[in-house]
Amino acid sequence: MEHSFDVLVIGGGVVGNAIARELSRFHLKTAVLEKAPDVGLGTSCRNSGVLHSGINYQPGTLRAALAVRGNSMMDTICSELKVKIKRIGKLTTALDEDELPGLRQLMDQGTANGVPGLKILDCAAMQKIQPGVEGIAAIWSPTSAITSPYGLTIALADNACANGVSYFLRCEVCRIEKEGKKFTVRTRDGKKFAAGLVINSSGLASGRISAMGGVTEGNNGESLKIWPCRGEYYVLDKRLDGMLKTLIYPVPGTKDAGLGIHLTPTVDGNILIGPSANYLSDDMSEDYKVTASVLEELRRAGQSLLPNLKVSDFIRNFAGNRPKRTSPAEGGNEDFVIEEAREVKGFINLVGIESPGLTSAPAIAEMVRDLVSNHIPLREKEDFVAERPGFAAHFCELPIQEQERLIQEDPEYGEIICRCEKITKREIRDAIENPLGARTLVSIKYRARNGMGRCQGGFCTPRIVRMLRDEYGFEVEDYLYREAGSNLFVGNVREGEGK
Amino acid sequence: MIRERHDLVIVGGGPAGLAAAAAAREAGCDDLLLIERDRNLGGILNQCIHDGFGIHAFKEALSGPEYADRFIRKVQSLGICVMEKTIVLELSKEKILRVSREGETKEIEAKSVVLAMGCRERTRGALSIPGHRPAGVYTAGMVQNLVNLENIMPGKHVVILGSGDIGLIMARRLTLEGAKVEAVFEVLPYSSGLNRNIRQCLDDYGIPLYLATTVIDIHGPNGRLEGVTVAQVDEKRRPVKGTERFVPCDTLLLSVGLIPENELTRGAGITIDEATQGAFVDDSLMTKIPGVFACGNVLHVHDLVDFVSIEAARAGRNAALYAAGRHSSGTEGIAVKAGRGVRYVVPQRVSHGEDVSLAFRVTDPSRDRVIEVSDGERVIKTSREARLHPAEMVWLNLGTVDLNVIKSLEVRVR
Ligand SMILES: Cc1cc2nc3c(=O)[nH]c(=O)nc-3n(C[C@H](O)[C@H](O)[C@H](O)COP(=O)(O)OP(=O)(O)OC[C@H]3O[C@@H](n4cnc5c(N)ncnc54)[C@H](O)[C@@H]3O)c2cc1C
Repeated sequence: MEHSFDVLVIGGGVVGNAIARELSRFHLKTAVLEKAPDVGLGTSCRNSGVLHSGINYQPGTLRAALAVRGNSMMDTICSELKVKIKRIGKLTTALDEDELPGLRQLMDQGTANGVPGLKILDCAAMQKIQPGVEGIAAIWSPTSAITSPYGLTIALADNACANGVSYFLRCEVCRIEKEGKKFTVRTRDGKKFAAGLVINSSGLASGRISAMGGVTEGNNGESLKIWPCRGEYYVLDKRLDGMLKTLIYPVPGTKDAGLGIHLTPTVDGNILIGPSANYLSDDMSEDYKVTASVLEELRRAGQSLLPNLKVSDFIRNFAGNRPKRTSPAEGGNEDFVIEEAREVKGFINLVGIESPGLTSAPAIAEMVRDLVSNHIPLREKEDFVAERPGFAAHFCELPIQEQERLIQEDPEYGEIICRCEKITKREIRDAIENPLGARTLVSIKYRARNGMGRCQGGFCTPRIVRMLRDEYGFEVEDYLYREAGSNLFVGNVREGEGK
Repeated sequence: MIRERHDLVIVGGGPAGLAAAAAAREAGCDDLLLIERDRNLGGILNQCIHDGFGIHAFKEALSGPEYADRFIRKVQSLGICVMEKTIVLELSKEKILRVSREGETKEIEAKSVVLAMGCRERTRGALSIPGHRPAGVYTAGMVQNLVNLENIMPGKHVVILGSGDIGLIMARRLTLEGAKVEAVFEVLPYSSGLNRNIRQCLDDYGIPLYLATTVIDIHGPNGRLEGVTVAQVDEKRRPVKGTERFVPCDTLLLSVGLIPENELTRGAGITIDEATQGAFVDDSLMTKIPGVFACGNVLHVHDLVDFVSIEAARAGRNAALYAAGRHSSGTEGIAVKAGRGVRYVVPQRVSHGEDVSLAFRVTDPSRDRVIEVSDGERVIKTSREARLHPAEMVWLNLGTVDLNVIKSLEVRVR
């Protein structure tokens, strides 16, 4: 059977989902093809979750323009989609005189990019924002913010889905053919899709998917090769919540692959240490190994940045890979490629969407919408619903009166399944019954937040396993941790005794 | 919000909470409430279907559920009010507890509180084991729950990191259920589980135990664990180059320590002892907040439940007296210090001086030693020990300590 659409979006990361949601405003038949059992399991759940202001990017680049625009759209989007966002601002600090020229240059760049509210602060003013911060001067960028990167990605997808976009999970695109004006896209599980437009938002795979689509280079002759560059993080216990009032970054060097190891508070009250930057070989683009040497480096950096950090504060670590367009030899950063390929009409290519891809996603979506409109006249739908039901906060973060009201409404709000993060049965149920039908353990966790606390799921996992079996008919082989192949269990202890 | 009042509220219905409740009732407390977050009373004992519980308390080897059942029946026959599937979200300095259960939240004001929330397992994240993050890496207690209560087999080829008791018990259990347990690796130069468990769970089944060895890498690029790299470690627990080897397995169980669950305790502003990870208490097991007591694994991690029951009964009794206005906060008291060769002592303070019982752990394994309790100037008690081991808690009864005479206490190994 062939599934026919107007637009096929390859890759359900934050970018693909932002595009899908934007297109869902119009009379269009859109599908998202995602190889993983859920959206957002690639780079979009493996980053700092910072909505950058836009000071760090060269004027005139897409990165600069889209970060500033994307950042400015986030309050509306997060409020419509019930996603956490905190405008905590950022200090980019110069530690000594030598760093002042770099700081001034950054200020000029930010101003040229149209970043709102920038100010140079002296030491005293810096201390008012973050007591104890080191440095002699800093740039204050008030629009810098934090959000939940997987929360945003999932919310965009949920809303796109609610507005009629079809989601195909576990569908890895393996062949793209074009005949006349029609693309035929095949997936590894044997499905066949047809559409007039294909959007390549496949992140780390974007170079390979370009080639699959017959695109050998960018419209200006640039290479579309992706150089994966790994960033590792530590996640710290909530005990330290509130210690960081704002984001604090060093003045970046021009050859650095990232913005340097620093501390980032998360919207849920943890602190991240990281990310490191280490290039990987091509075949390891989706290898998210955490390494002893980098953990050691992060631990040392963390201890110098947070003097009262204890060993027991480290609750988890993880890695994310940047889809970079610059080789290790070149260093630094290249701009995003976002264009309809000249070589293959109707193939809209997004390559090298590394940082600030999360920030830029909604602005990228607008740009892609305009590229789509060159082919298909866009008519707005009257029944588009911008709002996503629910609330951004977790139940336990709501005011007590509100909690009591909800418990009256549904007694399952009174039953706590995850004791560390105080996540209720109703929240777990909502996560299990998500509109995309994603049902891995991580899918539930990214939606409800169970298992993200100190015990890391030691207590709530068996309860969720039981719930999935008793109430959703799961068999032992149905339990996946994350990706295909990540089966949690091998069988029953005693066959026949079953459930 | 609904507001209730009770003389005594006990938080946690595991062995500690059960014994505390029974003892409190027997000490005359009529208005007491036992709160448990799970469906049933019994706590972690419910998943411990092996035997060996109760050898000291009942002179019988019971299974975990059997041991719990004796206390549950006692609690029931004493007519103690139990609230299951209820979680305490917050405890204030004023002893007001905010609780949540299916369908309601309420506040309970208590004259006296016993904290008996137990402990949780240390995780991979806390150890910072590098590598991939595949399915197949679990804490031993979670697997015990899945295997014994949910009929779920996590894997077939198992490596166990850490020689904690739950890991040892699970080595035997998984072997009996048809899994191949390749080995147990322990980073310390000695085992951290009970000697009897090493014999009965590893030796009897030919499962090797490698000491001073740890897991340094986890391999599972395709979603499920495929193996671990292990290496020997030096005195500073750093991997020794050249000793690395790959051990294929589909499951890694972590039995690397337990951590008292003191979130409520901290929230109430009670100070935590870095050494025990539990509250500072006096010899009546009362914390810094008058009327709030702690016992069992939330106070310090025990190796035998029998002693949890004894300790908890003491806390329960004193909490009942406090609620009845018959327990003095005692004097400022004297400090109990962990001296040479001793990792910690509970209680950390003696302020009553009657029937003083000390529980402690040594820092290193040793043989033929003398334990001394000194008051700073002279040794007031000695005890000869054929074998001392960090995995085995030591108990010492001092009887009456005259606080007018004795100004400090120190426990040490000679
Ligand atoms: C360490 C690190 C820190 C970062 N910090 C920030 C930050 O603080 N702020 C910020 O703005 N940005 C940050 N970024 C960048 C940001 O995370 C990315 O730009 C953004 O997530 C990219 O989203 P995406 O949708 O393009 O890619 P992805 O999230 O990778 O999505 C691509 C999707 O395509 C799917 N896919 C791949 N191949 C196929 C196929 N053949 N068929 C079907 N599906 C396929 C993948 O499974 C994946 O889900 C950071 C990145 C890293 C690595």
